[in-house]
Amino acid sequence: RPDVLREELLLSPLPAGDVAATFQFRTRWDADLQRGAVSHYRLFPKALGRLVAALGVRELHLALTQGFWRTRTWGQPPLQAPAGAELWVWFQPTVTDVDKAWKELSNILSGIFCASLNFIDSTNTVTPTASFKPLGLGNGTDHHLLRYAVLPREVVCTENLTPWKKLLPCGSKAGLAVLLKAERLFHSSYHSQAVHIRPICRDASCLAVSWELRQTLTVVFDSFASGQGKKDWSLFRMFSRTLTDACPLASQSKVYVDISPKNKEKELLEVTPPPASLHEAVVQGEKRTYAVYDLLSPLLFNTSRSLNVQLKWTRPQDSSELPTPVLHAHRYVSGYGLQTGEISTLIYNTHPYRAFPVILLETVPWYLRLYVHTLTIITKGKENKPSYIHYQPAQDRRRPHLLEMLIQLPANSITKITIQFERALLKWTEYPPDPNHGFYVGSSVLSALVPSIIAMKEVDMEQSPLFTSLFPSSDGSSYFVRLYTEPLLVNLPTPDFSMPYNVICLTCTVVAVCYGSFYNLLTRTFHVEEPSRGGLAKRLANIIRKLRGVPPL
Amino acid sequence: LPQGINVYVGKHRSALVRAGVGLATLHSRLQQLTQVMSFTSSSIAAAFSDGVPDGQLGPDARRHLKSSLGYEITFSLLNPDPKSHTVDWDIEDAVNRYVQPVLDKLSLVANFSVDSQILYYAVLGVTPRFDKESSSFLLSSHSLPHVINPVEARLGSSAASLYPVLNFLLYVPERSHSPLYIQDKDGAPVSTNAFHSPRWGGIMVYNVETPASPQALFPLHVEVDMVRVMEVFLAQLRLLFGLSREGLPAEFLMESPGNEGLADWELDRLLWAHTIENIATVSTTLTSLAQLLDKIGNIVIKDDVASEVVYRAVSSAQSAMAKLAAGHLHSAFQASKEAVTSSERAFFDPSLLHLLYFPDDQKFAIYIPLFLPVAVPILLSLVKIVRESRQRKKEPTKMD
Repeated sequence: RPDVLREELLLSPLPAGDVAATFQFRTRWDADLQRGAVSHYRLFPKALGRLVAALGVRELHLALTQGFWRTRTWGQPPLQAPAGAELWVWFQPTVTDVDKAWKELSNILSGIFCASLNFIDSTNTVTPTASFKPLGLGNGTDHHLLRYAVLPREVVCTENLTPWKKLLPCGSKAGLAVLLKAERLFHSSYHSQAVHIRPICRDASCLAVSWELRQTLTVVFDSFASGQGKKDWSLFRMFSRTLTDACPLASQSKVYVDISPKNKEKELLEVTPPPASLHEAVVQGEKRTYAVYDLLSPLLFNTSRSLNVQLKWTRPQDSSELPTPVLHAHRYVSGYGLQTGEISTLIYNTHPYRAFPVILLETVPWYLRLYVHTLTIITKGKENKPSYIHYQPAQDRRRPHLLEMLIQLPANSITKITIQFERALLKWTEYPPDPNHGFYVGSSVLSALVPSIIAMKEVDMEQSPLFTSLFPSSDGSSYFVRLYTEPLLVNLPTPDFSMPYNVICLTCTVVAVCYGSFYNLLTRTFHVEEPSRGGLAKRLANIIRKLRGVPPL
Repeated sequence: LPQGINVYVGKHRSALVRAGVGLATLHSRLQQLTQVMSFTSSSIAAAFSDGVPDGQLGPDARRHLKSSLGYEITFSLLNPDPKSHTVDWDIEDAVNRYVQPVLDKLSLVANFSVDSQILYYAVLGVTPRFDKESSSFLLSSHSLPHVINPVEARLGSSAASLYPVLNFLLYVPERSHSPLYIQDKDGAPVSTNAFHSPRWGGIMVYNVETPASPQALFPLHVEVDMVRVMEVFLAQLRLLFGLSREGLPAEFLMESPGNEGLADWELDRLLWAHTIENIATVSTTLTSLAQLLDKIGNIVIKDDVASEVVYRAVSSAQSAMAKLAAGHLHSAFQASKEAVTSSERAFFDPSLLHLLYFPDDQKFAIYIPLFLPVAVPILLSLVKIVRESRQRKKEPTKMD
C-alpha cells in the first residue's frame, strides 16, 4: 500500500499530580507531491495535498496553542508551541515570489482551520537566518525561502479542533481519535494542536522521497480544575470516553504510559489493566520505561470490551524528586510609565558541568522601538559576548524587529539578556478593539542541542514512536530542544477615544450659553409690566404663612 | 442507411438526409436537423437565463453549468463501513483511459483538473427504507436532495482554487444496508443506480454482493468495476454540460463519437452557448455597476480602473458579438472570456468602496449641535421683529 497511518497516545504524569496526554497521528505517503497535475488521495487529506502541490511548499508547521507549558515545574515537553498561532514554512527553490505564496498560503490555511491566520502580513512575518532549519529532507538551505510568523493574540477553541479532526482518515469515529471530545479537551491548563508536513526518506537508502503528515495534540489536565482534587487518573476521567477499537485503516495503534521510577527505588505509578509489554527508551537524556497497550492485538479486548487505562500514585511525591530541566527560560517586561521599558530574558543552564550554546530568536513588533546599543548579556556578573548576532531593524508599519543571537551558556549559570525600548504612538485608526487590554509581543524561541547525561543510540525514525522526537539528533550525546518563553503584554500610550464626543458637547454648550446670553443682552427690549396678583409661588407662600400665623405678603 | 432511419448525423460536422417523397418532407426534416445540430429559441433563453424573469424560462434553464474559465472534477469513493469492506479502485488508470480523452476534447472550452480521494466513515444523511418483497433497501426519489448536504462538508472542495467543482461520488453501502437501490418517481429501481444534481455533480451507489457463506472473513476485499462506473460518470458529465441526446425524433440516428465523448458539432454548440452566456454576464455586470453609480453618488472610479478595465470589457464584448455574427466561433469565445474577466475585475475592484462611508446624514449630525444653539435666538428675535412690525402697522391707524 502506498500510504500508512500510525496513531499513538502517550500519557505522562507530571509533578504535582497533573497528567499530560499527547496524541500523534502520522500518515506517510510514498508519492511525490510536487510532480504531476493529477493526484489521487487515500489516507492523506486532499485539502493539504493540493495546497502543498499548488504553492510549492517544502515544509509546513502550524501550531495552535492555548495556555503556556511551565517548563520549570513540568519538565521538558515533547514538542512545545508558543501561545496563540505559529506558522513557519520552507518553500521549494522553484518558487519565484515567496511573499505572494506566503500570503496565499496563510489565507488558505485560515480557511481550512477556521483560524484568523489571514492577519499574518508583513508586519508580523520574519525570515530567521539560523533558528528554524528544515526538519525534513532537502538540499540547500537558502534562508530566503523560509517564513516565520506568530499571532500571540489568537484564541483556540472548538471550531479549530473540528477541522483538525476532519483531516484524520478515521475522523473521530474509530481509533484513538474517539477520545478527542472538545468539552474535556478545552477544560485544561494547556492545549496545543499542530500539523507538520515534511518530506522524508522512503527507506534507509534514501533514494526516493515520501511525504509525512504528522498531526499532534498535547493536553495537560490539571488535578484541581479537571480532577476535582483527586490524583487518580483514568482515560474515562480525562476524556469521558474509553477506547473500544483501533482505526481499521491504521497499521499501528498504541497507547504508552510513562511509568519511569523517579527515584530508582520504588515504582511511583501503578497502572491497570496490566500492560502486555514494557518498552524502555532514552528520551531527552533520561532513561524512561513505558507500559505499552497495542490496540491492534486481539488479546487486549478479550476480557473487556473497552480499554480504560487507570493510573494510581502508589506513594506521595516529595519535592526533592522534582526534576529540573537542563534548559529553561523566563522573559518579562520592566520599567514604569508609558514611554520607555525594558525586556529581560533569563536563561537557566542547570547542567552541572557541561556548557552549550543556544540560539535565541526574538521578534518584536515595530511599535516597540528597540535600542540595540542598550543590549547587554550578563552571565555570572561578567559580560558574555554572543558569537553570532543577526539584527534586522524594524520599519514602521512594514516590518518587525528581528534579533538572533548565538550565546554560549556556561555550566550551572543564569544568563540575563536585557534590551531597552521606547513605545510609539499609533495613529487613531490602528488601535485594535479594546486597546486598553494591551498589545502582545510574541514568544521568543530558544533552540539548543542539550548534552544528555546518558548516551542515546541512533533510532530508526520509522519504527520509533512519537517521543523520540520530530527532531533528528546528530550524534548520541545530545538532543535537540526548542523552547518558547512567555508572551508579553505591553501597554501603549492610548488616547481617550471618547474625546471627539466630549469636544462636540463642550463646544456646543459654550457656544449656546455664551452666545445666547450675549445676544439676549444686546438685543433685549425693556418695557413696563403691571405687577401681577401673584403667581403660584406667592399663593403657596401665603398659605404657609397663614399656617404659621404670620401676616401674608 | 438502415430501414426507418431518414437522417444520419455524423461525428464531425456533416449529416446525411434521405430525400423522401416531396419537398415538404425534406423541408421538415432539414428543420428538425437544424434544431438538433444548432440552436433553438429555448437554448437562447437558457443562455440569457440570468437576465430573463423566472416565469418565461422553461424547466431546463439553469440546469447546465455556468460558463467559467475552468472546472475541477473530483471523484470520491465513500466507504462508510471500513470494518466490513476494503474497497479498492484503480482510479488513475480509469481517469487516463476514459476521462482524459473527453477532457482533452473539451479543453477548448475551459481548463480542467481532475482529482480523486477516498473518504471513510462518510454516511448518507438519509436512512433507507427496507422493502420486504425485494429484500433490499430503497432510497425514494424525494429523499435524494437530502443526501448531498451532510456529505458535502467532508468533500473538502475548493480549498486551493477559484474554479467551480464537479463532484462525482461512488458510495459503497454498509453491510447492514446492503443492497441499496435508488427508486425513481414511479417506484421502480433505477437501472444505473445513480442520480445527478444540476450544477453540482453525481452520485452512484455500488452494491457489493454479500458472501454466500456466513463464515466469510471480514473485511471483504472489493475491487470496483471501473468500466461500469465510468460509463455512468461520463454520461452524467455530459448531462451536466447540457450535451444530452434526449428528445431526438425517432428517425434520427447519431454516430457514436467513440472515445472522445462528443461530436464536433456538439462542441460547437457548447462553445456558442458559453459565448452568449459570457456576453450576457458582461452586460448584466456593467449595467448593475452603472445603476449603482446612479444611486450612490459618492463612489469614485479611478482613471486606471475605468480605462483599463471598463472600456476593455465593453470593447471585448462588442468584438465578440461582431465575430459571432461573422461566424468565427473560437475567436468570439476568446473575446467573450476576456470581456468577462475585465468586467468582474471592474465590479469587484476594492478602490470603489473608499469614499463610501461618509453619508450626508452623518455630516448633519456633526454640524447641527454647533449651529442650532446659535440659530435659535436669531430665529426667535426674527419672529419678534416680524410680530412688532405687524403691530406697528396696525397701531398708526389706531393712534391717529
